[in-house]
Amino acid sequence: MKLSRHEVESIAHLARLEISADEIPVYVDNLSRIIDFVQQLERADTEGVTPMAHPLNMTQPLREDAVTEADQRELYQRNAGAVEAGLYLVPRVIE
Amino acid sequence: MHGRTLAGIARALRAREFSSEELVSHLLARIERLDGELNSFVTVTGEAAVAAARAADRQLAGGSAPPLAGVPIAHKDIFCTAGVKTTCGSRMLDNFISPYDATVVERLRDAGVIMLGKTNMDEFAMGSSNETSYYGPVRNPWDLTRVPGGSSGGSAAAVAARLVPAATGTDTGGSIRQPAALAGITGIKPTYGRVSRYGMIAFASSLDQAGVLTQTAEDAALLLKAMSGHDPRDSTSVNAPVPDYAAGLGESLEGLKIGVVEEFMDQGLDADNAAAIEAALKVFEALGATVQRISLPNIGLSVPTYYVVAPAECSSNLSRFDGVRFGYRAKAPRDLEDLYKRSRGEGFGAEVKRRIMTGTYVLSAGYYDAYYLKAQRSRQLIAADFRRAFETVDVIVGPTSPTPAFELGAKVDDPVTMYLNDIYTIGVNLAGLPGLSAPCGFINGLPVGLQIVGRAFDEGRILNVAHRYQQETDWHARAPGGAFA
Repeated sequence: MKLSRHEVESIAHLARLEISADEIPVYVDNLSRIIDFVQQLERADTEGVTPMAHPLNMTQPLREDAVTEADQRELYQRNAGAVEAGLYLVPRVIE
Repeated sequence: MHGRTLAGIARALRAREFSSEELVSHLLARIERLDGELNSFVTVTGEAAVAAARAADRQLAGGSAPPLAGVPIAHKDIFCTAGVKTTCGSRMLDNFISPYDATVVERLRDAGVIMLGKTNMDEFAMGSSNETSYYGPVRNPWDLTRVPGGSSGGSAAAVAARLVPAATGTDTGGSIRQPAALAGITGIKPTYGRVSRYGMIAFASSLDQAGVLTQTAEDAALLLKAMSGHDPRDSTSVNAPVPDYAAGLGESLEGLKIGVVEEFMDQGLDADNAAAIEAALKVFEALGATVQRISLPNIGLSVPTYYVVAPAECSSNLSRFDGVRFGYRAKAPRDLEDLYKRSRGEGFGAEVKRRIMTGTYVLSAGYYDAYYLKAQRSRQLIAADFRRAFETVDVIVGPTSPTPAFELGAKVDDPVTMYLNDIYTIGVNLAGLPGLSAPCGFINGLPVGLQIVGRAFDEGRILNVAHRYQQETDWHARAPGGAFA
């Protein structure tokens, strides 16, 4: 199955990935090949099979709703590109 | 000193044959001299390693040393290490200093292990050749024109070249076993949930598992014991006792039932590779095991199933990289969307972007049932095949990789060709089972791996099967010559 240029652009937008115009044809080709390949799954007879949600069919454990972590904001914010007064900075979103 | 196994090093340190500081300094000098060509390390933590070695020597002298005191290893750069750059092989994390340690790192340190540095890897563990790393490809010490496999390629090359006796790795579709096979070493991926993933950067959360790459099964047993066990900080970590894997080594294989997957042996397996596997089966028969053919009728679905499930999970996991809280941030963003898009577009490499987009596509409205749900159903069929097989056999033995190490650049143009490297390993991840690769021969001077797969939580048995094999053969003791001798 060949994906269209438009489809690839829309996937890139959904994934919030900037893809340059000259890279688009490469992704059209690569993604089409990958989708073609995984389409083999159509041949599998999966009628009535329960989708697998966990490799060992285990469920998520629960714990008490209690605070277990100490506040380490300063340590964590050292990895941020832009912070001010303990806040993460992003371009203005509200005019 | 550098040719010794991890177990041998632990013994020599206790016998005071040499000190941890002497060993660590020797290995750091080897890394300095030889790694320029291999490129197996992203970061070398020499100063901290020497300081830790001195402390271990004091503990060893005082008689209060933990079991692996003073033993050096390297960590795949996917494990968070407090205060040390943790890149995951990506430009996205080139500036990331982890604020905390992964549980694996913490537990191995508690056992006395010393970290020499962080090893190179395919970007975000997505690759089978270590060619997708932002830090450049790793070369195979058996032949520098060839790849070491991936994604734990740096760990595999460093252990094969005897720069370190062992290294950690992670395996989502074969990323420990395939590079172990291509580099002529031993590598184990434990059962899903056996080892904590806290602080291990996520790729595909229903498949990822941590393990080790070593020279021998005995070394793998020692490290696996130290790093396994329940961790409340990882909700997929299983609360079950960890056996003393090393204590179980050496048990007889009399009566062991080995299954050989006919779909693997009959379809397209290279004749020399098949001969190496057949020869290994003869060794097991001589040790009292019986060999029977088994069928995994749906195993042919495993690669396409994986390339729906893994990208889907990757697209979700990697959405955390937003340029805001940590990681690469694009310069002068016009608005918030531009900040997200350019930070991700510039921070991720081509293979990671391909997988994020594949995952986004298969999860998108209108395609979810056709791809993702369909793949989760076929995954159930694959897992059921393994369950059925393990009703009649104790372990499954076969090839790890369809070919020995291939040349750099040979498969980079076609993602699907690259994906088929994992044809024998992926099913094991989909079923959540433990798998191990051990060296079983050479083709044109390049190592070949033997894969041993067990029932869930039966790591002890597959380690013992590999250990008994390594007592009878010496493939695992072969190391690259030339500059690496």
